[in-house]
Amino acid sequence: MSSFINIFDQYSWDDIKERIYSKTASDVEAALTKPGRTPDDFMALISPAAAAYLEPMAQLSQQLTLQRFGKTIQLYVPMYLSNECNNICTYCGFSLDNKVRRRTLTATEILQEAEAIKSMGYEHVLLVTGEANHTVHIPYFKNALQLLRPHFAHISMEVQPLDEEDYRELIAGGLHTVLVYQETYHREDYKKHHPKGKKSNFQYRIETPDRLGRAGVHKIGLGILIGLEDWRTDSFFTALHLQYLERTYWQTKYSISFPRLRPFSGGLEPKVDMKDRELVQLICAWRIFNQEVELSLSTRELPKFRDHVMQLGITSISAGSKTNPGGYAVEPESLEQFEIADERSPAEMARVIASKGYEAVWKDWDQAL
Amino acid sequence: MLTIADKTFTSRLFTGTGKFSSAPVMEDALLASGSELVTVALKRVDMNDPNDDILRHLQHPHINLLPNTSGVRNAKEAVFAAQLAREALQTNWLKLEIHPDPKYLMPDPVETLRATEELVKLGFVVLPYIHADPVLCKRLEEAGAAAVMPLGSPIGSNKGLRTIDFLEIIIGQSKVPVVIDAGIGAPSDAAKAMEIGADAVLVNTAIAVAGQPVAMARAFKQAVEAGRTAYEARLAKPFGVAIASSPLTAFLDE
Repeated sequence: MSSFINIFDQYSWDDIKERIYSKTASDVEAALTKPGRTPDDFMALISPAAAAYLEPMAQLSQQLTLQRFGKTIQLYVPMYLSNECNNICTYCGFSLDNKVRRRTLTATEILQEAEAIKSMGYEHVLLVTGEANHTVHIPYFKNALQLLRPHFAHISMEVQPLDEEDYRELIAGGLHTVLVYQETYHREDYKKHHPKGKKSNFQYRIETPDRLGRAGVHKIGLGILIGLEDWRTDSFFTALHLQYLERTYWQTKYSISFPRLRPFSGGLEPKVDMKDRELVQLICAWRIFNQEVELSLSTRELPKFRDHVMQLGITSISAGSKTNPGGYAVEPESLEQFEIADERSPAEMARVIASKGYEAVWKDWDQAL
Repeated sequence: MLTIADKTFTSRLFTGTGKFSSAPVMEDALLASGSELVTVALKRVDMNDPNDDILRHLQHPHINLLPNTSGVRNAKEAVFAAQLAREALQTNWLKLEIHPDPKYLMPDPVETLRATEELVKLGFVVLPYIHADPVLCKRLEEAGAAAVMPLGSPIGSNKGLRTIDFLEIIIGQSKVPVVIDAGIGAPSDAAKAMEIGADAVLVNTAIAVAGQPVAMARAFKQAVEAGRTAYEARLAKPFGVAIASSPLTAFLDE
């Protein structure tokens, strides 16, 4: 079956990296002034040469975002169902070799967490787990969806990659969106960061959005873990991936996230340090490249940074997040996946959003649809 | 006065509720627009909550709600959503939007025709959002659509009446009201739409994301009124050539 890997294999990491780093000011200007940008223009926009154009990029990005999304910011919140995991990932707090107490929420606990999340005003919940196929498997997910479907308008998932048939079942059970981040498109480095477990299969992971598209999911979230490898090259491959997916699975919506590696107990130091300025450049470059894609930012980022970027391209944020299973009600002190940097409550966040002249949107889907 | 199905409208400016910075701003803008038909996305409102933030701000005697099915991907989902809307919002009016393509939100003609046939049988007043396709408009009219809503340019694009040649054909041959929806970016676009004979326009993005939505809503109100008056007063057509001398026909007088 054809998939993105057929396109991906035609590109070489080093060649792309060299092309990005050799982009010039005139390439950037051309990309900024033309209508309709190609992946080659995206290269110019994420290149070091575009750093000098940050303000005009932000202006254009803001204008394009307003036109498509209006003065609104969508809100969602993660619910960690489990931190059990059979993978070793060098950067993750849930990694198998991290000796911590593991916990998977029971049905009663899921409902307790749901109640706490609902009381904060949320209608969109993102279910997160590690990868533990013996306990956190399809029946577990189906049951979680069945429990949560009556309580939330929009249910997303960020769990291990699954087979197409499994996705079909979960979609029928109320699953709307699936986030699956490639982490890095650098094949060799991917192996280094995922030495053990099912996640070490690069091809299975890169083909996950294809399986989701064929299964007819409403929305797919893509992203890389910023800090593992050169973020510019990784972002280009993400753009290539998105372009392929939009053309192939044209009935599906897409979102992009920008997680920067955050510290956790005993974790990896980022190999590549991305400055705030560079993250702004990347967000604006995405918007200028693609006006329709949702751009999402989590509580990994600091309040001041979040407050500004929600006005220049970001369309969806989380707030009041807990990254540990049971974190909202059941067991607030269990191990978190990573430290969050913005601890403001959803209500506080909604006030900040309003003070910027935007509306906080809690509900943008309905289980009845 | 404009009549669609069982309702008459003084205002020919229909509006939407998306993209505003807050529900109070939306309310003020819609009041300034004078609009009497306001479309609401089912996916955005909580149909079980009588205090829903959007619905609460639309409670004015002159404002009629027009629920829309934005987000559905086929006729089956649209019919289901319509029934929920009728139940929850107590109206059988429906803006039928089926865009399986979430990127450009292009309406699906096949599913839209199918859903219109079904919904008319179920007693709905159906206003389908469609491409500016004259044949499709006639087919929808035959299926019992109460009006047709062809697009001026891609939704939210503010590009104006890029489909004007087809809109003129549609207006010329339609037996049901033609509401130009999507892409109207400036009051001048709305005025133009009215001048060519549209029965109404639907404007959302251009008002919602304006620097001052209330003032922009007023500007659209005035533009729609001016355009309609001009249409009714029978606009003088521009003439391509000067007519002072008649070099080709002067021989007739010789």
